Amino acid sequence: MTTLIWLIPVLPLLSFLIIALFGRLLPKKAVAILGFGSVALSAVLTIVAGIGFLSSPPPEGVILSKIYTWIETAGFTAQIAFLFDPLSLVFCFVITFVGALIHLYSIEFMSDDDGFSRFFAYMNLFVGSMLILVLADNLLLLYLGWEGVGLCSYLLIGFWYKEPDNGYAARKAFIVTRIGDTAMILGLFLLFVSFGTLDISDLMQDASEKWVTGSPLAVISALLLLGGALGKSAQLPLQTWLPDAMAGPSPVSALIHAATMVTAGVYLITRTHVLFMLAPVVMTAIAIIGAVTLLVAGFSALAQTDLKRVLAYSTISQIGYMFLAMGIGAWSAGVFHFMIHAFFKALLFLSAGAVIHLLNHEHDIFRMGGLRKKLPVIYITFLIGGASLSALPLITAGFYSKDQILWFGWSSVISSHWLWLAGITGALLTSLYTFRMIFITFFGETKTEPAHKSGLIMTIPLIVLAVLSLVGGFIEMPENIGPMHLFSGLFDGFLPDVILNERGNHELILQILSGVVTFGGIWLAYRLFYKKSAFAIRYKESRINKFFYSGWGFDRLYALLFVRPTAWLSEIDKKDFIDLIYKNIAGVTVYFNLIVSRTQNGKLRWYVLVLTIGIVVILTFMISL
Amino acid sequence: MVTVSMEMQILFAGLLFLTGLVGFLVRRNIIFMLMSIEIMLNSAALVFVIAGSHWMQTDGQVMFIFILTVSAAEVSVGLALILQMYHHFKTLDADALKKLRD
Repeated sequence: MTTLIWLIPVLPLLSFLIIALFGRLLPKKAVAILGFGSVALSAVLTIVAGIGFLSSPPPEGVILSKIYTWIETAGFTAQIAFLFDPLSLVFCFVITFVGALIHLYSIEFMSDDDGFSRFFAYMNLFVGSMLILVLADNLLLLYLGWEGVGLCSYLLIGFWYKEPDNGYAARKAFIVTRIGDTAMILGLFLLFVSFGTLDISDLMQDASEKWVTGSPLAVISALLLLGGALGKSAQLPLQTWLPDAMAGPSPVSALIHAATMVTAGVYLITRTHVLFMLAPVVMTAIAIIGAVTLLVAGFSALAQTDLKRVLAYSTISQIGYMFLAMGIGAWSAGVFHFMIHAFFKALLFLSAGAVIHLLNHEHDIFRMGGLRKKLPVIYITFLIGGASLSALPLITAGFYSKDQILWFGWSSVISSHWLWLAGITGALLTSLYTFRMIFITFFGETKTEPAHKSGLIMTIPLIVLAVLSLVGGFIEMPENIGPMHLFSGLFDGFLPDVILNERGNHELILQILSGVVTFGGIWLAYRLFYKKSAFAIRYKESRINKFFYSGWGFDRLYALLFVRPTAWLSEIDKKDFIDLIYKNIAGVTVYFNLIVSRTQNGKLRWYVLVLTIGIVVILTFMISL
Repeated sequence: MVTVSMEMQILFAGLLFLTGLVGFLVRRNIIFMLMSIEIMLNSAALVFVIAGSHWMQTDGQVMFIFILTVSAAEVSVGLALILQMYHHFKTLDADALKKLRD
């Protein structure tokens, strides 16, 4: 079975090639079967390989399957080789399994779209690239997948390219993440110069042997890699692209901008955690960035009126939790939250997409309302997703993953109570904006009638994801609730454990506190947005709400700091010397063209005359020679 | 038999060619231009005959017959084109036809 691991990324890529080349000739049904089937087959392969891996773990702890020597020069070899270990297993499982559900959903969602085959081609390319990213055994191959998913993100945000705004959003996403990617490739160069290899396990080994903790090179290379992770995962200060990325179709938002691609930063940092642990300063930076991001995005989510933008800010905020977890050394908690987040956020995006689809592309939550009775199935799935997002105690998966992060935020040696405070405030914000969204969208009076009911193909993925959003958390429980450590057990000896501090074992108190906070958020949302208190109405018009609505004015700040100076510089530099050279070359060419084209006047006798003169001149020359 | 020197013969052919060329350049009527082409063609054929007689070879006269055939074919095509031109543009003025340019 282990020899078939290379098929996991190859299947979607193969299907991408077929759809991209013959998509126009194939009927829609064939495209759908290819697009969904390849990813579903990958999911089956992943599950089978995973079961094989867990039941009989290989002696060295990882499976390495080399396919092909990609680059071989003096002193540098890059293999196309796939590394299968617990971390890539979890990521592969989420990518293929959630990916397959989203592909299934897309068959109905995109059924009336002209770009049906184009959509599935891009989606398959995305899944293939993402799988390469998480399976790569060296950083160069990882970077290939990294750029591949960036490209697909660009293509799919601008999928409805006839709207100029969508193209703008796509370019913004591409350019902003490119800033991070530039930092990342510099980091790769630095690592290569230092160790002469890009193989991840060799690198980590060398780094821990040759670099002492806190050495400048370790800090710089960790910082550069972090830059890449910040761009991809939409963390401060590179978070501005994600809300605009909602211009793409909803399945794209679910797959790329919630479940998988935006968590590539989490994967990168976890994969190279040895390097990051050599740079405690950077770890602290990660934790602080995560904490600040989750608060900033939480406040912004509270002010949005577009259903998908609420979810986008919520995604930024939840990835902030993952960064916070990684920053305090709770690696497996971060990855656990990634998996649970993939379930419930994909569910929320797909449900939101279904609502938007059935309401004829209505995005504004204030023009929805009363959908509880009209769309009961979607209401229930959305409610489950929302409950999991706001970490409703005991019954939802989100509780177990978020509670673990909050607990380690309190108890980890390298954490501080400020980080925990940020986390718990974020939890309050999360349940507040989630239930604000639910109350406004599904309760109250109906403002827009749904056009029709959602079909079976669209409903099945919702139900599967809803079940996972509830029971997915039971595989990892806090010590005082149940002795269930399947998930962290998976990473035993692979990711380091959290070192607890001496602050005492208040786990139960903290759990009760986070439960109270969640219910407090729901109650507050109920008072403010269901009962429509006067304060909520006044707040909606206030200036601070507008500030949050604009995402803390980051777009305006960046426009002022970077975009406008660049535009101004290029404006005043329009007529510099180098431009003049090329402009004059073009001018002279055009001038001669004008002269010579005069001779082509269409008069037959003129041509003959010129011909005769030419002959006479040539003859004269020949005779005189 | 009066013998004419070869230079004179060639000169005569050259003059004939020049007549045709000048006629082609100064005339605007397309039929006259076609006739001028015929004159130029015949002057060239004449040079073949002159050369053939100079070296006592029959090739020159064979070539003349070839040229005659070609010019007959050319005239038939040319006249057909002229007919079409007149049919379309109601004119035989070559200068009026400069639309080919664009």
